[in-house]
Amino acid sequence: MHAKLRLYILVILIMGFGIGLILYKHFALGFPLLPDDKKAVWTIEARIDFAARGDPVIVSFALPPKTSDIIFMKEDFASPDYGFSEVTSPTGRRAEWSKRTANGPQTAYYRLSLYETEQIVPAQLTDDLPTEPEKPEFDEVIKTAAITLLEQVHSKSANTEIFTRELITTLNSKAPSQNQSLLLNEKSSEDYKTHLIINLLAMEGISARIVRGLYLEDGRRRQSLINFVEVYIGGQWLLFNQNTGVHGKPENFLIWQRGDQSLLDVVGGKNSQISFAIIKNVHSTRNLVVSDGMNKQAGLVDFSIYSLPIEQQNAFKMILLLPIGALIVVIMRLLIGIRTSGTFMPILIALALIQTTLLTGIIIFLTVVGIGLLIRSYLSRLNLLFVARISAVIIVVIAIIASISIISNKLGLDQAMTVTFFPMIILSWTIERMSVLWEEDGPREVLIQGSGSLLTAVIAYLFMTNQTVEYLTFNFPELMLVNLALILILGQYTGYRLSELYRFHSLERRNASGKR
Amino acid sequence: MLLASARKLRSLGIIGMNQRNFGLISRYNPRHLYPLVDDKLKTKLLAQEAGVTVPKLLGIVQYQHDVKLLKEILRPHDQFVIKPVKGSGGKGILVITEHDHSLYFKPSGDSIQLVEIERHVSNILSGLHSLGGKPDTVMIESLIQLDPVFSDYSYEGIPDIRIIVFRGYPIMAMLRLTTHVSDGKANLHQGAVGVGIDIGSGKALHAVQYGKSISHHPDTRKTFSELTVPHWDKLLQLAAACYEMTGLGYLGADLVLDRDQGPMIIELNARPGLAIQVANFSGLAPRVAAIEALKTIDPDPKLRAAFSKTHFAADVDIPSNRQLRTRSDDP
Repeated sequence: MHAKLRLYILVILIMGFGIGLILYKHFALGFPLLPDDKKAVWTIEARIDFAARGDPVIVSFALPPKTSDIIFMKEDFASPDYGFSEVTSPTGRRAEWSKRTANGPQTAYYRLSLYETEQIVPAQLTDDLPTEPEKPEFDEVIKTAAITLLEQVHSKSANTEIFTRELITTLNSKAPSQNQSLLLNEKSSEDYKTHLIINLLAMEGISARIVRGLYLEDGRRRQSLINFVEVYIGGQWLLFNQNTGVHGKPENFLIWQRGDQSLLDVVGGKNSQISFAIIKNVHSTRNLVVSDGMNKQAGLVDFSIYSLPIEQQNAFKMILLLPIGALIVVIMRLLIGIRTSGTFMPILIALALIQTTLLTGIIIFLTVVGIGLLIRSYLSRLNLLFVARISAVIIVVIAIIASISIISNKLGLDQAMTVTFFPMIILSWTIERMSVLWEEDGPREVLIQGSGSLLTAVIAYLFMTNQTVEYLTFNFPELMLVNLALILILGQYTGYRLSELYRFHSLERRNASGKR
Repeated sequence: MLLASARKLRSLGIIGMNQRNFGLISRYNPRHLYPLVDDKLKTKLLAQEAGVTVPKLLGIVQYQHDVKLLKEILRPHDQFVIKPVKGSGGKGILVITEHDHSLYFKPSGDSIQLVEIERHVSNILSGLHSLGGKPDTVMIESLIQLDPVFSDYSYEGIPDIRIIVFRGYPIMAMLRLTTHVSDGKANLHQGAVGVGIDIGSGKALHAVQYGKSISHHPDTRKTFSELTVPHWDKLLQLAAACYEMTGLGYLGADLVLDRDQGPMIIELNARPGLAIQVANFSGLAPRVAAIEALKTIDPDPKLRAAFSKTHFAADVDIPSNRQLRTRSDDP
């Protein structure tokens, strides 16, 4: 009773710990629970061209801010012969290339790979507060037009959000009124429009700022940044499309820069130009998460199997499947009641089956064991000592395996070459056991135990080759704890095995007939 | 119906393998006591100390180089049994009923040569039949003479009586009869007939072969209804005494009736199987529960045997609902 309680507590602890780790890795580190989870990785290349005049050159370029919903995998700054530094100021990160003298056309590259996480967009930073809007200085005509327009919009809107939207749509309307035309001027460049909106909002006492960003679309070249307006409403910044008035960050839109700082400053050069190219790659989420974890040195990833060399990782892929096989054996023996020859022999056969594929593996197994049994029955007539005999069987098994390999190679049957993956010592033991079983309990018992072993092996194989199982065991080694807890519970099972329901079925019938 | 319902089996008090391993063997059989029964030489010594009759030990072969002495060891004996000391489940037992020093005859009449016996002995020595393949010792015992009571019920072999002893109380018994298909061995797996024996009277209750009910012996065609095991009280007492001998709470005592020497113990088993339930057509659980309910274990094997006789006789209805639960069912 006491021991049982202790065991249950232990089981709960182990299972809780295992599941907790899995959940942590899933939710906090972003490990996907299914193998085919893919993520789009965007690679953005900014190309800066300018003509140098032979003077010292400094190129300063605004870099996108790091936010928690976007993971920067890699940033490259390439520009031959230029000194480079990354400067972080309160207004954001900037890349600075510099050179003592430069002449003629110059090019600098900035390359960024990123992907979006599925995290809910975190609450905005509280220290990201707006400055008091500066009243613009318009000349009288424009000021009058602006006031008229603002009043007009004001009357149509209930709150700041609607007001902003209305203002933007009115400015963009296809049939502009006189006021709008006057405000927008003929030369309404995107920047002009953005600043106009910000100024108009400032006249209403609303803080707003310019946001530049990039639409992420696969295979785009020569892109430039798109202007958005971010308005401070009710304690947070809201993003508005300045051409449609739609509020909210569009999908696949990367915010590159906030505020009115310049995007690019070139000192000692002219005709500077900047263009963006975007490529999309699909990566498995797991790989991204692992490399991100490695970069951040997250303990759970850094001190894990991933830190091993690839070769060892592959070995562990196999080893971590063994507990699944063990669980299958426990279930088959304790719950189903299947008799196997050798407790864990089926797992080893299953491992061999993984290498050989199912059908080939079974055929090879039956062939080797069959021939082995024949030869073993001859050996038993030779009057050998036990250890010598089993050693002889090992050599015989190796000979059989070698012949199968050679013959299948000559016949062009490549699959049969995988025969070498069968554990030879285990096969020899199996043959020895089976032949003793044959002598003592007859062929029936050999058939029962042999097919029991094979059935268990095949079921274990099916589980162990299941992609999801393989993925889970390798990427969530914590599952072993859950597995362990399950086995501990199964170890407590005192009910009937399925086979016993058959074994004792005659008892039920007789007792049911009412004799007693 | 091919499968019984688990609830029905439970209500009949049938114990399954898992419950046996967990609730009986690991609960009542301390591991350190296993060697006493796994090593048949130790068992024999224990039994002799306790004054229990056992088959006479004719010789021991312990080392491979002693195998060549085998012929000399066997020379004075007309009949003998060769056994692995640590064998289990009747494995590796070779019975010789007569020989002319060159040809040795098995009960079936098949003859084998000395070299084959020598090979058998060296197989045993290298651990072929022992648990876990450990090196083993060979013992040579005198052959048990078939009691005439059983001559109609056995074929080419000696039947034995398996009595399950729980905390010193015999709770269930089964007679295992050799058949032609079992090759003269009293092993149910190999086709021996299991006959449930009434603890109260020693009378045959039901018989099964390969798990199916039969009414008469497949070879001798004799019906089992008149079969009564003689010396029943003595057999029960011997079995009950095994508790003191070994300290094992759940054990299977294998006894035989010798024509000349009467009841004797040939083997004890710390992991007795469950086929006895099928042979008796009843479950062990109610009887286990009845013993578990006892406050004290009677120190006298004779009294314990008497207790069992009155309580577990076929015409006594044991199960009450509470008693169908063994301790291992308790949370």
